[in-house]
Amino acid sequence: MLGKLTWQAIPFDQPIPLFAGAVVVLGIVAVLAWVVLKGYLPYLWREWITSVDHKRIGVMYCLLAMVMLLRGFMDALMMRSQQALAFHAAGYLPPDHYDQIFSAHGTIMIFFVAMPFMIGLMNYVVPLQLGVRDVAFPTLNSVAFWLTAAGALLVNISLVVGEFARTGWLPFPPLSELRYSPGVGVDYYLWSIQISGIGTLIGGINILTTILKTRAPGMRYMRMPVFCWTALAANLLIVAAFPILTATLAMLLLDRYLDFHFFTNTAGGNMMMFVNLIWAWGHPEVYILILPAFGVFSEVVSTFSGKPLFGYRSMVAATMAICLLSFMVWLHHFFTMGAGGDVNGFFGVATMIIAVPTGVKIFNWLFTMYRGRVRFETPMLWAIGFMVTFVIGGMTGVLLAVPPADFMLHNSLFLVAHFHNVIIGGVLFGAFAGYTFWFPKAFGFKLDERLGKAAFWCWLVGFYVAFMPLYVLGLEGMTRRLQHYDEPQWHPWLLVAAAGALIILCGIVLQVVQLRVSIRSRHRRTDATGDVWDGRNLEWATPSPPPLFNFAVMPNVKGEEPYWGIKSKAREAMRLSAEPAYEPIEVPRNSPTGFITAFFAVVVGFALIWHIWWMVILGLIGAYATFVVFAWRDVAEQIIPREEVARIDRANRAARALALEESPT
Amino acid sequence: MSEQAWNALSGGVGDVAPGQSDEDGRGRLAAGLRSYFIGLALAVALTAASFWAYGTHLIYGPGVPIALVTLALAQMGIHLVFFLHITTAPDNTNNVLALAFGVLIVCIVVFGSLWIMAHLDHMNSAMSQMTGMPQ
Amino acid sequence: MSAPTTALRMPPGAVVLDRPAEALLEGVDAPGHGEGGPASKRIVVGFGFWVFILSDIVMFSAFFAAHAVLGGATAGGPGAAQLFDLRNVAIETALLLLSSFCCGMASLAVEQRRELFTQLALAATGLLGLGFLLLEIHEFADLVARGAGPSRSAFLSSFFALVGCHGAHVTAGLLWLGTMMAQFRAKGFRPDIRRRYLCFSLFWHALDIIWVAIFTLVYLIGVRT
Repeated sequence: MLGKLTWQAIPFDQPIPLFAGAVVVLGIVAVLAWVVLKGYLPYLWREWITSVDHKRIGVMYCLLAMVMLLRGFMDALMMRSQQALAFHAAGYLPPDHYDQIFSAHGTIMIFFVAMPFMIGLMNYVVPLQLGVRDVAFPTLNSVAFWLTAAGALLVNISLVVGEFARTGWLPFPPLSELRYSPGVGVDYYLWSIQISGIGTLIGGINILTTILKTRAPGMRYMRMPVFCWTALAANLLIVAAFPILTATLAMLLLDRYLDFHFFTNTAGGNMMMFVNLIWAWGHPEVYILILPAFGVFSEVVSTFSGKPLFGYRSMVAATMAICLLSFMVWLHHFFTMGAGGDVNGFFGVATMIIAVPTGVKIFNWLFTMYRGRVRFETPMLWAIGFMVTFVIGGMTGVLLAVPPADFMLHNSLFLVAHFHNVIIGGVLFGAFAGYTFWFPKAFGFKLDERLGKAAFWCWLVGFYVAFMPLYVLGLEGMTRRLQHYDEPQWHPWLLVAAAGALIILCGIVLQVVQLRVSIRSRHRRTDATGDVWDGRNLEWATPSPPPLFNFAVMPNVKGEEPYWGIKSKAREAMRLSAEPAYEPIEVPRNSPTGFITAFFAVVVGFALIWHIWWMVILGLIGAYATFVVFAWRDVAEQIIPREEVARIDRANRAARALALEESPT
Repeated sequence: MSEQAWNALSGGVGDVAPGQSDEDGRGRLAAGLRSYFIGLALAVALTAASFWAYGTHLIYGPGVPIALVTLALAQMGIHLVFFLHITTAPDNTNNVLALAFGVLIVCIVVFGSLWIMAHLDHMNSAMSQMTGMPQ
Repeated sequence: MSAPTTALRMPPGAVVLDRPAEALLEGVDAPGHGEGGPASKRIVVGFGFWVFILSDIVMFSAFFAAHAVLGGATAGGPGAAQLFDLRNVAIETALLLLSSFCCGMASLAVEQRRELFTQLALAATGLLGLGFLLLEIHEFADLVARGAGPSRSAFLSSFFALVGCHGAHVTAGLLWLGTMMAQFRAKGFRPDIRRRYLCFSLFWHALDIIWVAIFTLVYLIGVRT
């Protein structure tokens, strides 16, 4: 009746996952209870869950990412503490549990923290910077987000019902085949990634079409902000790479469910092909993560240096070069698999070449700062921290790109240190910079500055203390993913690394506190005009938070940094430009399609994992019915009346006029 | 804004969506029919040619796969032009560029994988020959 | 990507209007090319779906790559030459090609707003597609019955996955086609229904393009090798 599902799926006999699961379940129940009892549910349903507004969806993506960061970081703390303790000892995590933890850590951090964070920032900012009202396909945008959330939910369910994969964040066969992983862990991984992968692909198509086909009048390609260029490159990569992931994981699913032989060690299967195909996705994936972060830094550095970004054209060229080259280097993830000198050499050289455009970007940021009036507010601190940290990580990457060196360092802690160096120093610092930079725009008040700086320093110091020892350990020969070890010279470094993780924990705690404190005292840091940082691009032309329709009238773009142009003119003339003629605005209606589709996706995914076939069929029928119901609706839009548009815009204009009057001349 | 208004304002100039032969035009039925009939005829001819090339002795044996691939590419082109109306006109530029990008990725994935996997197999079989261990 | 731009001939101090009105678009080339503001919905939807089609083709290419790599991995079992019936493949090809043609006819009928012809052409598209699918299912069942199912060898696994993936797309397409026929009945030739049909026709033609690759590489060349 319920397939493989029995009461044994709940880990009553394992204290740690039981406790962790209980905490998570109680937490979710508590939040739900609070929401319902306080009567927030109608508001949440109307304004957030069924919203098709890119701004709401962007915020929800970032929120998902931040919550999953906590979960992923818990895994990290457990790993660090285990390794600190397990010298000539067993530690406190049994091996098969430890294996699930490092697999969950990687899976969650890449798919449910880094990706949603970047996608959320792009979702929020790109339409605003392009001067349009929303992305190309608003309802699909909602579907994309909720499918990602569905995937995250499935991974979290595995904590309480069943187990997670023990194969690492990329499930290499034959370990991930049914014969060697007969449990449901790998299935949880596979279905949750497939479901969220569909969401990511939809989102990629959405933003790509938005950038290529819907921009404000006059917004030529070479007038787009650099963040939009990096978003374009990242979404091109999403559209090109994620289908490969879908196909490869589908092949593994076919092996596991229907006794196919793509990657088995019998009947002619080829496990190396899995590695090849998965990394053909995997390498573009990391560029999908880093390119939007580069875009964030371009925005932050130019704003807080008070200068236009240096070398706009070379930035664009570097971005598109990285986009193209990222598809030509994937073999460097498996130099040791034995493809021979020719192949290894080609990919090694290509990997080194791809460092060049990144170097161009770093120099452009530095030259932007040079002779600028640099303001060291929190976003800028993250940017400077990034520049130092990412360069180190990049250099170790170029070292690893040399195949003979990689033969020594592959799958050692040196590799682990390298990719954490670039992902934390690059993607996560970029996420935090973007979060701090655009928070006032999204919510109408700035975050507390002091706590923000304190959090930054904890993260920066903590990162170096936690990960520099790992470079040393890698060079001393320590392999990754070790549950225990006997080498005495490794032990002190692992203790230092654990201390670093605790320092990062302080940083995270400070960020949580910062959010709470900022919300409580938000009236002290309101953003009255919509332009708290003296911004340069169009998102700062809107009120904070922007109204549903973003712009009262679509801007007419005359040059690069259009908002800076408008602002300079206003400052010179000491008055705002003429009030526009307001018109009623058509906006898309809210829709529960995304949420309901995701609900059925969770049902189908769970049923497939536990082999509950009747539930699979019901879930698929439900999903199809949702699609048909949505397709049958007659009214897709609603009108915002002219008076409403005028009222909102006039209020903002008044605030800006006041600020202009009060500004020192 | 309605599509007629768009047409009127933009003077009929503008991008074309892939798959449509006309910016929401009502006329040119004859041109549309011609496009599909010619496309069908050419596709039928190329398909027949493929099956013939497969079985005939008139083509040098090792060259047959190349002939088949060429015919297949030609037929894909026929489909793109006559059924999907993808042309090289300036209003189609985005569509063509997207297609070119897709084709590039396909080539990288397929040929890259073949190159890599062939080398892996070669090294592995060479290794097992050297050590005398079974493959 | 961007058309050569002409400067917006706007008088100085002019207000910027929202809905592109005459003053805004005067002298502007090509909306959707950057200068003219957002493109029309039909173009946006069409392009977005075209990008999806291309991503789907990339997914197929991964299966093609797998089949190319595993082509020789028959595990001592039957290979392409022993298994594939090329006459059947020829009939399947003809059915799908004709189905694509009928889909094109339906596009013309939709453009002309002819209800009866639209439904007839769509029905023909569906029936021919269904014929293709039934032949393919028969072929698969036959192979399984002969002990040449996907569990027999990696070669057969990759064959069933690749051709089966195409068949699954055809199945989904038929389901979509049925829904479209119902939508045309229920809602007539509304712009949003026509946009969805544009997407369907893109999808259906693309499936035929992929089939060209399949019958050439998997069947014809596969059997020769």
